[in-house]
Amino acid sequence: MNQLWDFSGGIHPLEHKDISTARPIRRCGTPERLILPLQQHIGDPAQAIVGIGDQVLKGQKIADVKTGMGVPVHAPTSGVIESIMEHPVPHPSGMADWCITLKPDGKDQWCSRNPVGDFHTLSRDQVLQIIRNAGISGMGGAGFPTDIKLRPPRDRKVNTLILNGAECEPYITADDMTMREKADEVVAGLKVMAWILRPERCVIGVEDNKPEAIAALRKAAEGTQTEIAVIPTKYPSGGEKQLIQVLTGMEVPSGGIPADIGVMCQNIGTAVAVAQAVYQDTPLISRIVTITGEAVHEPGNFEVLIGTPIEYLLEQAGVQQDKLSRLVLGGPMMGYTLSTEAVPVIKTTNCIIAATATELSAPPPEQPCIRCGECAEVCPMELLPQQLFWYSKATEFEKAEHLNLFDCIECGACSYVCPSSIPLVQYYRFAKDEIRVQRAEQLKSDRARERFEARQARLEREKEEKELRRKERAKAAAEAQANKQAEAKKAAADGEAVDERAAKSALVEQALARKKAKAEASQPSPAGQPTAEKPDIEALEKQLSQAQSKLATMQGMLDEAKAQQADNVEKLERAVAKNHDRVKRADEALTEARNTMATRPTESQSTD
Amino acid sequence: MAFVQQSSPHAHRARPTSRVMLWVMIAALPGLFAQTLFFGWGNLINVVFCVAVAVASEAALLRIRKKPIGFFIRDNTAAVTGLLLGLSLPQFAPWWVSAVAVISAVVVAKQLYGGLGSNPFNPAMVGYALVLVSFPVAMTTNWAEPAMLWGGAPGFGETLATIASGQQTAIDGWTMATPLDEYKHKITTRTASEVLAHPTFGDGIAKGWEWVNAAFLAGGLLLIGLRIITWHIPVGFLGGLILMSLAFGNNADLYAPLSLHLLAGGTMLGAFFIATDPVSAATSHQGKLIYGAGIGILIYLIRTWGNYPDAVAFSVLLMNFAVPFIDHYTPPRTYGHHKPRRGVPGSQG
Repeated sequence: MNQLWDFSGGIHPLEHKDISTARPIRRCGTPERLILPLQQHIGDPAQAIVGIGDQVLKGQKIADVKTGMGVPVHAPTSGVIESIMEHPVPHPSGMADWCITLKPDGKDQWCSRNPVGDFHTLSRDQVLQIIRNAGISGMGGAGFPTDIKLRPPRDRKVNTLILNGAECEPYITADDMTMREKADEVVAGLKVMAWILRPERCVIGVEDNKPEAIAALRKAAEGTQTEIAVIPTKYPSGGEKQLIQVLTGMEVPSGGIPADIGVMCQNIGTAVAVAQAVYQDTPLISRIVTITGEAVHEPGNFEVLIGTPIEYLLEQAGVQQDKLSRLVLGGPMMGYTLSTEAVPVIKTTNCIIAATATELSAPPPEQPCIRCGECAEVCPMELLPQQLFWYSKATEFEKAEHLNLFDCIECGACSYVCPSSIPLVQYYRFAKDEIRVQRAEQLKSDRARERFEARQARLEREKEEKELRRKERAKAAAEAQANKQAEAKKAAADGEAVDERAAKSALVEQALARKKAKAEASQPSPAGQPTAEKPDIEALEKQLSQAQSKLATMQGMLDEAKAQQADNVEKLERAVAKNHDRVKRADEALTEARNTMATRPTESQSTD
Repeated sequence: MAFVQQSSPHAHRARPTSRVMLWVMIAALPGLFAQTLFFGWGNLINVVFCVAVAVASEAALLRIRKKPIGFFIRDNTAAVTGLLLGLSLPQFAPWWVSAVAVISAVVVAKQLYGGLGSNPFNPAMVGYALVLVSFPVAMTTNWAEPAMLWGGAPGFGETLATIASGQQTAIDGWTMATPLDEYKHKITTRTASEVLAHPTFGDGIAKGWEWVNAAFLAGGLLLIGLRIITWHIPVGFLGGLILMSLAFGNNADLYAPLSLHLLAGGTMLGAFFIATDPVSAATSHQGKLIYGAGIGILIYLIRTWGNYPDAVAFSVLLMNFAVPFIDHYTPPRTYGHHKPRRGVPGSQG
């Protein structure tokens, strides 16, 4: 038995896990349509690489991330791409995002798979590439691309690889059932990851309320170096930072990543996906999801194809629509409510709670904070929740940040115990969002200020230069005048007759001198003069093509902005219109020039 | 179908403020029982009267402040303030003294500062300190002589009549100086054994008082067991008092002995029920220890070298002043940080 540490705070909410552990994992079946969001991971969204109407095979890559961070999306079964459109996706805001809709053909026909016999013969990069190509991102909730996570910074050596099987949230049993039924795959996946990272220690952390899972894992890990660490049940022991503390006694530095202290955490489901990808060349096209709550007849865990609408899943579990009051995606502590059942299961979906009104009842009205400090007692991050609450409520964000607001993991323990039923986490989310918005605004205004200042400086400089040129011209003119007067004087002194012609010619001379001075001042490069004399077709053509390409980019930006409903649409529209004019002008100029050329071809030839 | 939309967490543990306050009241019952047993009906009558006045004045002020009356009355906090005053005031304190204490506690110290959660000072102690300073005679001469309820103590009717009569001082034979008062004033001219011969001390430490304190200690331990209060403030409080007594008070012929400090006054009531009022106390564990210790030390200082024989109210109020200061310097070290972030933004303390 290895040493375990404790993390401060924590709570013991009612577990409700037995609701969904009575039945083995069932297959959910194939729904009428699969809705596959292009972004199921943290990073850049994938782009569809299939077209509407295309026939795809099971496991075929249908979207990929070309540039940037992200993982591909695969067809969970064979069928036809029906549409690529915006559809509600699992998100706390209930927003819609781009999704590929696949209509299964019922054949469930696999694409060709080429599992490598022994991954040890490959290089690490090749194995990581297999993991990436299988579309694996963290399945615990955040959805960080697994291949990138398995490539820690060069200067960080991972000494301890942790598989997080704590599953501390009430209701959720997806990892528990996975460990019970797929312990071999869990250990196999862990082996692959351990081979990539070469850690000194591999631990699977499981809360002691999962004896079956622990027994299964022990059996699967027999004869290996893998430790099965049985940790006390306390929420949120499955929080990455808390689990690391429990298993290693170390703390992840604020703002840092576990690799900074030589630790990496991976989810149980992710390990299974890695094993399937490496040993069977099977991409991530399904996952285990817990359907639970008192509003379903047959709660339990299902193996669900990614993209399955939650509505379909609820039907499989025998939902009683009349009883259903709150639909929570995730656990009761950190999950979020859904406004529609139409959203699909994605790679990070671990649990759906179909709760009745009495099961998850509305909290009583908020009362004043009595500073009882219960929240601080249970905070696993050792924050001061009540102070954070005051500052968040009073929008004194600077103070809230000073008290480490951004270290809050939003586990909800403080809200859970608050005797005044203050929705504390909601206040923290509000404050964090406000601070993020403020930072973005600050950045924007800083840039705007820099731009403005640069412009002011440029205008000032131009003004000075202009003034300088004006002075030079005035000086030249004055000199010319003086010369002329001197000459006139000289002439008068010489006693020559000053006739009208001479006076006129002097005036003309004077005017010429002025003009010359002006021309010299305004055109420092006389080389440009001859081209201005006649139309240069090449230059005009170049101008036209430049204007056209600029118009195209502006149009592209406008479309994108429209798609994202950005606030600069209007500005872009104006810019596009302006560029239209520019193209038109350039075109006209070119046509005109061509006409001119046509009328005097000899001249152009002679200059060539 | 429209589903309930709610921010996480979706589960809550139901122990609302009202129940917390109810537990505080229940935990105080053994103390009240002991008081009644050893000092007659006075405290019980005071408690009932004070709770009634507290709830009535809270309701009146909520009405004036246009707040939902039922919603706030049901949190039981006004009742607790009344209860604490009823437990602390002299048994034969005239009704108007109690009324002034309760009204100033609820109206001035609590509601005028913004109601529940906004008061910087412990309301009950504001009320107590006010009447102690304003009506010193009524507050020092009306302590009941220790006498068992069934043997010698004035009956319920007589006690009620005395309190209701509004006389500054009750009948001489019924009252007696408190042990701490007695010791403080006699020890300057006599030896400890001579002082302790006075009937107020009885055969034990301080007749009746020791049981009352023991009962409040038991109630306090119940509150800690129920996790309604943490151990930090009582331990700091008693620790401070004990350390001061050990450091300065080892000569019983000069200063009251430790046993009297712990068991003869309002020490246990103060340590477990009064100083632990969360609204006006420090917040972090370290801060609570400092806050409690500060009260314990001040109690010893005032009792020994100050003018007042018991000093819970003043000590608590003085430390209430220090709470923002203590909180400022005692934030906990957050996970993943090397040291606590003290002070205000921009200054690393």
